[in-house]
Amino acid sequence: MAERERRLTPPGRGVFVPRAEVMSAEDVRRVLTRIAHEIVERNHGLDNLVLVGLQTGGEPFARHLCALLEEIGGVAVPLGTLDVAFYRDDIGLRPVLPQAPTTIPGDLSGAVVILVDDVLFTGRTIRAALNALADFGRPRAVQLAVIVDRGHREVPIRPDYVGKNLPTSRNEMVDATVSGVVLGNMVAR
Amino acid sequence: MTAASRQDAAVARTGIATSALVPSANAGSPEETRGGSAVRGMSAPAAANGPTRGAPRSLLDIEGLGRDGIVEVLRLAESFAEVARRPIPKVPALRGRTVVSLFFEDSTRTRLSFETAAKRLSADVMSFQASASSIKKGESLRDTALTIQAMGVDAIVVRHPSAGAPARVASWVDVPVVNAGDGWHAHPTQALADCFALCGALGRPLDGGAEMLAGIKAVIVGDIRHSRVARSVTQAFSLLGAAVTLAAPRSLLPPAPETWPVAEVSHDLDDALRGADVVYVLRLQAERGAGAYVPSLREYSARYGITAARASSLAPEVRIMHPGPMVRGVEISSEAADLDRCLVDDQVRAGIAVRMAVLFLLLSSGDGASGAELGGHD
Repeated sequence: MAERERRLTPPGRGVFVPRAEVMSAEDVRRVLTRIAHEIVERNHGLDNLVLVGLQTGGEPFARHLCALLEEIGGVAVPLGTLDVAFYRDDIGLRPVLPQAPTTIPGDLSGAVVILVDDVLFTGRTIRAALNALADFGRPRAVQLAVIVDRGHREVPIRPDYVGKNLPTSRNEMVDATVSGVVLGNMVAR
Repeated sequence: MTAASRQDAAVARTGIATSALVPSANAGSPEETRGGSAVRGMSAPAAANGPTRGAPRSLLDIEGLGRDGIVEVLRLAESFAEVARRPIPKVPALRGRTVVSLFFEDSTRTRLSFETAAKRLSADVMSFQASASSIKKGESLRDTALTIQAMGVDAIVVRHPSAGAPARVASWVDVPVVNAGDGWHAHPTQALADCFALCGALGRPLDGGAEMLAGIKAVIVGDIRHSRVARSVTQAFSLLGAAVTLAAPRSLLPPAPETWPVAEVSHDLDDALRGADVVYVLRLQAERGAGAYVPSLREYSARYGITAARASSLAPEVRIMHPGPMVRGVEISSEAADLDRCLVDDQVRAGIAVRMAVLFLLLSSGDGASGAELGGHD
């Protein structure tokens, strides 16, 4: 549950009640380290890579991954951020406003873009992100890294790098931050 | 449990202070926490009684928008200014929506700006000009508005020579109406664009934390009497904390300038310009008969125009603004208009971003959270 969801969850519909800590801050750090190594392995280095963190939940993870990749590979990977508000398919159904800036480092044509998000759920955010990326050039490939994959996809999207597969029910909420992953519920007031 | 305590719970859980992201500390009512607070600030005719679901929201003037509404529009405009810098400066946000520009008065930049804004949001645009329409055959404003609504449009942008016409249109139709200038009354999107351009030029952040133009002295000079832009800009600048000075000959001041939110009214431009941070120059509105209010254009230009000499006597950081169209040689000299610190081009660019933000806020709000499924959008 990114900041967007936190802010837009109407108070009339319930409050987030945390139930269980699924990952500690230490677990998240280890998962990010593994994903960084997987990225280097899969792409045979860091050439042409661009990290793009989705606003707002994915952005801190992208920043951490960027630092880890520099540690491992010795080169600085360009880091961008993307807010997909204008590309969502639920505009008009609920308030959709951009929460944070989009900064894409240069033309993406020919680059391998690694999208980074906190929680993969319905896949609709990633669907919107793919459309958004197309407006910045034609990447050679787009890969997806998420900290938690909680299932319940509504579009054919799959992640390339997963921190943790977390079986959930639809009405549960997952709150993933660099300080840990918490599973909880929305409880009516 | 209130929204504030919900945030406290979030802070306690994650250890990260998220309260800075809360729009306002008193975000108690559902209406206020729906995210689109600017939409709330825009006037909703049916809002007086009960919920606003389905009620069209319109942007008619700066007063109706209020300070929070201005801040919300400017913040969103920043996102759209970024869109304009992309290789493909277009987003699909309003795909399938139709915006009609209903212009009963000549305009090039405002109409082009609105239409560009709508197109960059992927909305379809219909254009209506009174001079080439059934108005010529005697159709009333109401019938024209209802006919256009019946064609299935999602928003109407209205410019009209009579003050209040957009508000009347808004009372007849069920879709949002945006005032693109009505008589001497208001031109809200121009004022919003000017605030955006000025904040950008001064490096003022649009976070809305403090009053964005606090400590700024703005001098508005020229034909204030006939200027809807002056009315809207004065309100917007002063709502954002600027001290506004009106400088004009008595004949070109409005009937009761002391009722305006201004710090000072002056008849001596050079005196008014002392300590100014920005000078906002207005055109002498010859089509509204302003020529009859001054003895001669030459005298007006010498006393109230930004002449080359006056421009070079200003401190180099003083910004010059003009809503256009400029009449070089009358209210502003060619030398002054071509200075780097003349923000005219910035104002035009800002106009597109701000109008994108206004159209997006009015057309994307839907009816709040009714259709949302909690958590169903990660």
